[in-house]
Amino acid sequence: MRERSAITGPVREEAEAQRDSARESSASAEANREAGSPADLPATESAKVRVEGLDFWYGTNHVLKGISLEVRAHEVTAFIGPSGCGKSTLLRCLNRMNELIPDTRLDGRVLIEGRDIYRNADPVMVRRRIGMVFQKPNPFPKSIYENVLWGALVNGYKGDRDALVERCLRLAALWEEVKDRLDAQAYGLSGGQQQRLCIARTLAVQPEVVLMDEPASALDPIATAKLEETILNLKERYTIVVVTHNMQQAGRISDRTAFFYMGELVEMDDTEQLFTRPNKKRTEDYITGRFG
Amino acid sequence: MDDAQPFDEKLDQRRRKGLLLGGVFFLATIFGLVVLLTLMVDVVVKGGQWLDWEFLTSFPSRIPENAGIESAIVGSLWMIGLTAVLSVPIGVASAIYLEEYAPRGWFLKLIQININNLAGIPSVIYGILGLALFVRFMALERSLLAGALTMALLILPIIIISAQEALRAVPSGVRESAFALGATRWQVVWSHLLPVSAPSIMTGIILALSRAIGETAPLIMIGALTFIAFLPESIMDQFTVLPIQIFNWTARPQPEFQGLAAAGIIVLMIALLLMNLSAILLRNYFEKYRVR
Repeated sequence: MRERSAITGPVREEAEAQRDSARESSASAEANREAGSPADLPATESAKVRVEGLDFWYGTNHVLKGISLEVRAHEVTAFIGPSGCGKSTLLRCLNRMNELIPDTRLDGRVLIEGRDIYRNADPVMVRRRIGMVFQKPNPFPKSIYENVLWGALVNGYKGDRDALVERCLRLAALWEEVKDRLDAQAYGLSGGQQQRLCIARTLAVQPEVVLMDEPASALDPIATAKLEETILNLKERYTIVVVTHNMQQAGRISDRTAFFYMGELVEMDDTEQLFTRPNKKRTEDYITGRFG
Repeated sequence: MDDAQPFDEKLDQRRRKGLLLGGVFFLATIFGLVVLLTLMVDVVVKGGQWLDWEFLTSFPSRIPENAGIESAIVGSLWMIGLTAVLSVPIGVASAIYLEEYAPRGWFLKLIQININNLAGIPSVIYGILGLALFVRFMALERSLLAGALTMALLILPIIIISAQEALRAVPSGVRESAFALGATRWQVVWSHLLPVSAPSIMTGIILALSRAIGETAPLIMIGALTFIAFLPESIMDQFTVLPIQIFNWTARPQPEFQGLAAAGIIVLMIALLLMNLSAILLRNYFEKYRVR
């Protein structure tokens, strides 16, 4: 039997998840289900982000239900699932962006390298360590240079500014395209370039984890390919979590994939495994296009 | 389909209706313009002959030929400057607090309702308040300061509401991406929200000040309706302003003074035009910060 992560399914409401009994199921995962408590999950050594029994509400709307999972360091993890399944909400819980929305409530724990980011933690510091790239390219109405630098400066960056800007733009594979016009307005760039600028801007504050919320959904196929290449190049330095609607994209860029449905984590596994031999009927239905 | 004509298009009827309504909307627009134009032509015909350099540089007088508007122009300039200095910082700061800092809840709603109500209170009420609070209780007498404080109170709700709307109109992408870089609330407000919303905030401020420059009733209440044949030299001096001088002249029986009042109205309208022009120029200057 191959090596598998301990966390393969939702801990709660197991009955609802339809399991395909024909498929093999790992013994450790089985044990976890019986244990029933997220706290019983054995910690994986390379876990960068660990979510334990996370529940989240918008007002009275219960949008995340008992999510427990781990994101490994220096991997690209993809969150997939139909619209409204909670994948973007979960992403926003990982850097406390959810707190900017009034009338929300969170229960459970999110740990980055074992440290709880909600208790005794400053959201400003959390967001610096865990960067975020949004669905729609949203550069600031400033020059390319200022866009990259701003986040670093507000966090008290004292180093060489030009060097930082160049390094971040190179990491985001944008340097060659903009090196001669760093003082130009960011809005003059194409959508794909703007999105890579947003990645560069995020890297400038030196985060450990980079969250991306459907980063390619507003881009054309060529810009998307370029962005995906950029993401793959980044994973040796950063831990990356990508929310995507596009399953081919998840297949191309991610090492591990989590499938969400109706606010629950249905299944999380190595991407190849999840796409070729999913454990759950619902996962299979979704990835083969039978719903969603 | 069995039915040969499932649609009864009535195209002619729909077109006629569209044309008719288009005409109604056009007439509605023209109506206001025609009335305004008539008034302006009337004023210019009556007052044009009185409007010369001497009129602008003379003090009021019992003899129409000698009467001028200098003290009113200077008084109005003082008044607007002082009112702006008092109301703009407080108004914008309040808007920032209400939009960006205040926790959502019943208390905020209560404040909000009150501000909206204050914006609708007749200006003469502010005059009574100014008389009791500034002129009598604070013993500022009929000074410029007392007048400006009253005016500041009068336009404060307008400034707050328009600045709040301007801040609310900043696209959420700007706010979110700045927070996601690990910026504090104040850094987000100062570097992004204020520059982006500045054109709208300034437009609101200038419109509010335009209202203040034309207001008469509250100043009459605090006792500014007096004969002033000197220029104010400090904020504790007595003063007169354009609308009060106009009001003063219209109240006199001699036809010459009606002409003087008309000339005063022309001066006031030019002042308003200049203020609106400056609003447009400021808006253009800040155009580069617009979020696309």
